[in-house]
Amino acid sequence: MPSARTLRPELQYADLEQQSETAQIGMWVFLATEVLFFGSLIFTYAVYRTVYPVQFRLAGRDSLILLGSVNQAILVTSSLTMVLALRAARAGAQRALVWLLCATAALGVAFLGVKGYEYAQDAASHLLPAIDFVFKPGYHAPAEMFWTFYIIATGLHALHLSVGIVLVLIFAVRAARGAFPPAYDGPLEVVGLYWSFVDTVWFFLFACIYPLGRALT
Amino acid sequence: MNDPPREPVGPYLIAWLALLLLLALSVLSAYEPIGIFHPIVNFGIAVTQAAIVYILFMRLRGRPTLKWVFAGAGFLWLLFLFGLSAVDYFTRQGFPLR
Repeated sequence: MPSARTLRPELQYADLEQQSETAQIGMWVFLATEVLFFGSLIFTYAVYRTVYPVQFRLAGRDSLILLGSVNQAILVTSSLTMVLALRAARAGAQRALVWLLCATAALGVAFLGVKGYEYAQDAASHLLPAIDFVFKPGYHAPAEMFWTFYIIATGLHALHLSVGIVLVLIFAVRAARGAFPPAYDGPLEVVGLYWSFVDTVWFFLFACIYPLGRALT
Repeated sequence: MNDPPREPVGPYLIAWLALLLLLALSVLSAYEPIGIFHPIVNFGIAVTQAAIVYILFMRLRGRPTLKWVFAGAGFLWLLFLFGLSAVDYFTRQGFPLR
């Protein structure tokens, strides 16, 4: 890590730009593994949704689309504040950078808050597979399978987001100490990539869970 | 706040509005009786939203161009994962179990 004062690249890099680009590519490699991680989960979902379309639609209708939508709006806005934070870093606007990072983390916490409330509502509706799942008339085993996917997928997403919040807060503290001068924002770019990626995962989980069965009469 | 920002903020705001608009479209389409087109519309919207975030917010557009290779590799392998797994599931005898 180059010091803010000396701003010299690490030994193995020709310059700071190369160091920053290498870090970004490293994050893209990690994100490729994450694509496969969530991809396999969504593939499993796709198989069972194809095999049990009616049961999945019935089960999906019990998901809380309003809370899911609010959460997507929160995440999309957090990606905007994140990218504006990076823009502030490149422009050397340190105060704006710190505040925008704090806003990003706060939006992440808001997402988790809404998600926690949603889980509580799901629990009150007896939709917790294996723990407290009540089959309504017409519901069979695949309906519980849908809710198992819901808990695992959104839980893993919330875990990823929690890691992101901690990272963003650490970087906000470092930014306040002047660790990211305009000439070197490499580590910030890397965190920004991770944050926005977690945002894109939610788009797909949303499509898997919330719109299902709404047009059923 | 400090220095005048050089990078225009407009494209980011437009992308943000587009993402929210697509979210609204996704929710509204869920209530329309379009039958088998539901997953196509919903996942089509998700792919469009992800593309906007990838290209603009995650700056796939800018340097280093080599990152396209790594970003693309993830999706290429995803294609293998989906393709080969699907071949198994949808040609397997006696699936689903009754």
